[in-house]
Amino acid sequence: MSAGPGLEFEQPLQTLEAEVRRLETDAEKTPQQHEELRATKRRLADKTREVYAGLDAWDTVRVARLQDRPKFTDYVELVFDEFVELHGDKFYGDDRALRTGFAKLDGMKVMLVGHHKGKTFKERTECYFGCAHPEGYRKSMSKMKMAAKYGMPIVCLIDTPGAYPGIGAEERGQAQVIAESMLLMSKLPTPIICVVIGEGGSGGALGIGVGDRVAVLEHAYYSVISPEGCAGILWKSHDFADKAARALQLTSKRLQELGAIDDVIEEPLGGAHRDHYQMAARLKQYLVKQLRELSEKPKDQLVADRYEKFRKIGQFLDGGAA
Amino acid sequence: MCRESPLPPIPTAMSIGQSIPPTAATPEEAAPVAATPRPKRGVPSGLWLRCDECGETVFRKEVEQLMSVCPVCGRHMYLSARDRVKFVLDEGTFDEWDADLMPADPLKFADKKPYAERVVAEQKRTGLNDAALTGAGMIRGRRVAFGVTDSAFIMGSMGSVVGERLTRLVERATEQNLPVVIVSGSGGGARMHEGILSLMQMAKVSAALARYGEAGGLFISVLTNPTMGGVAASFASLGDLVFAEPKALIGFAGPRTIKATLRTELPEGFQTSEFLLEHGYIDRIVRRSDLKSEIARTIDYCGK
Ligand SMILES: [Zn+2]
Repeated sequence: MSAGPGLEFEQPLQTLEAEVRRLETDAEKTPQQHEELRATKRRLADKTREVYAGLDAWDTVRVARLQDRPKFTDYVELVFDEFVELHGDKFYGDDRALRTGFAKLDGMKVMLVGHHKGKTFKERTECYFGCAHPEGYRKSMSKMKMAAKYGMPIVCLIDTPGAYPGIGAEERGQAQVIAESMLLMSKLPTPIICVVIGEGGSGGALGIGVGDRVAVLEHAYYSVISPEGCAGILWKSHDFADKAARALQLTSKRLQELGAIDDVIEEPLGGAHRDHYQMAARLKQYLVKQLRELSEKPKDQLVADRYEKFRKIGQFLDGGAA
Repeated sequence: MCRESPLPPIPTAMSIGQSIPPTAATPEEAAPVAATPRPKRGVPSGLWLRCDECGETVFRKEVEQLMSVCPVCGRHMYLSARDRVKFVLDEGTFDEWDADLMPADPLKFADKKPYAERVVAEQKRTGLNDAALTGAGMIRGRRVAFGVTDSAFIMGSMGSVVGERLTRLVERATEQNLPVVIVSGSGGGARMHEGILSLMQMAKVSAALARYGEAGGLFISVLTNPTMGGVAASFASLGDLVFAEPKALIGFAGPRTIKATLRTELPEGFQTSEFLLEHGYIDRIVRRSDLKSEIARTIDYCGK
């Protein structure tokens, strides 16, 4: 599977991949050609490992945004056995950037909530590129309440550049719904697992991000502000988005070291976009394992532990001592 | 910023982080105070100052007597956290909590200026050690847990210290069965310089408020100019009642971000207190001079 254009570190990999494809098409291979194919594949694997082990924060942001990375609907297909979409926010409209519905996961009934960025141009426009409006959060809050009422765990897949910045969004209470949603999620008596599958863009991500487990895919990112936004404010130009990304330390590994997330889910070699099936399998394995564990916990313990988990996040000096 | 590629040419901030440049003290666009040099706490010195709203030059003493409100047009100007304490709480009743907490620099963050240096400079300039003051005090004889953010300290943004102080405030109010009053002046939202840890403070404080609410607590949130981004999208919007000072800038995304995304002019009065009242997100617009009695009355109605 080819990766997005324009990522310079993908170029050598794509060249090697093309080479492998060319060698594979020769039906009748001489022993020499067999050897060449094997060697090229080995070189490709080594190079891929090398490139992807060395991605910096800005590279990671660009990988997380790749068009052919698996999106919400891909995971719906590959991870869940069924998805019954529920559209109503009973207030204003059906937000297409934030989707909710019943789903089956390895025989378990769950409420699935997730951002969808869209796969075609038309769909991406409908989804506002994954930027939810207030009605999206109102819808997800009502479905989460329902999940708790009927004893269903909640799975949230986060993939958004941020909540939508627009006139209507402000008029309909963007700040209010994000705040309400975090408050609600912090106390719902049902297991909640949140996974950042691509972009974890600030409040729009955190609005469905308060859970018993918070995980980030290896090459996804999670940040207080977009690198472009940060660069625009602190460096006075968006051209410094790369610097801002590095300063924000938004990669999965650093987020875990900072104690802001629980787990990092490893991606297939060369990123999720190279192997949707394997990525989905790993995500599924993670979700099933965690849900089985969390389902064992008494509900009041679950909510108390969730509180303590977020309670501990933050770093400061107390009384002048470190 | 809602495109994957190509990125739009101008501002693309998804602004939970600062939506307006954190230039020095007074957030220029957000909390227009007055021209003239600005030394300590964003309030200019000198006998006279010019009101940004009506343009009149007014006698500084008179403005101060009116709690930093323009005597000509009623513009509610910048007020420091210490002054807010003075004007809202009964004299001498403020018992500050958690004053020992000091900001750390978990990311070793540096833009044009290292965060560690920025913090020291802001501390010197404002006399605060971070953007929030919290503690207990009395309002017309009613004991409350009181918090205030100061828009002059890195745009009043919330990092780990602000998040921790407010969380402890709410937790203690829960234990002691006190009403909570938080006055927000935070144009900066969640503080970029502490990265993801700042973002997570939104969840932390909101979770504490959830528990407080379930325990029957009364939370009065007072919004002042400006309250944006991650502060607006967390505790500031979670009041049982939400008050706002007149003509404050309040919203999620910064106006410049919205303008750049939509490439259109914004409606007159967009994201002001009055706009929010009209759209149903604010219970009352309260003048600074009335704030104390309005809070006291609310506490009485709720029997707290
Ligand atoms: Zn005036």
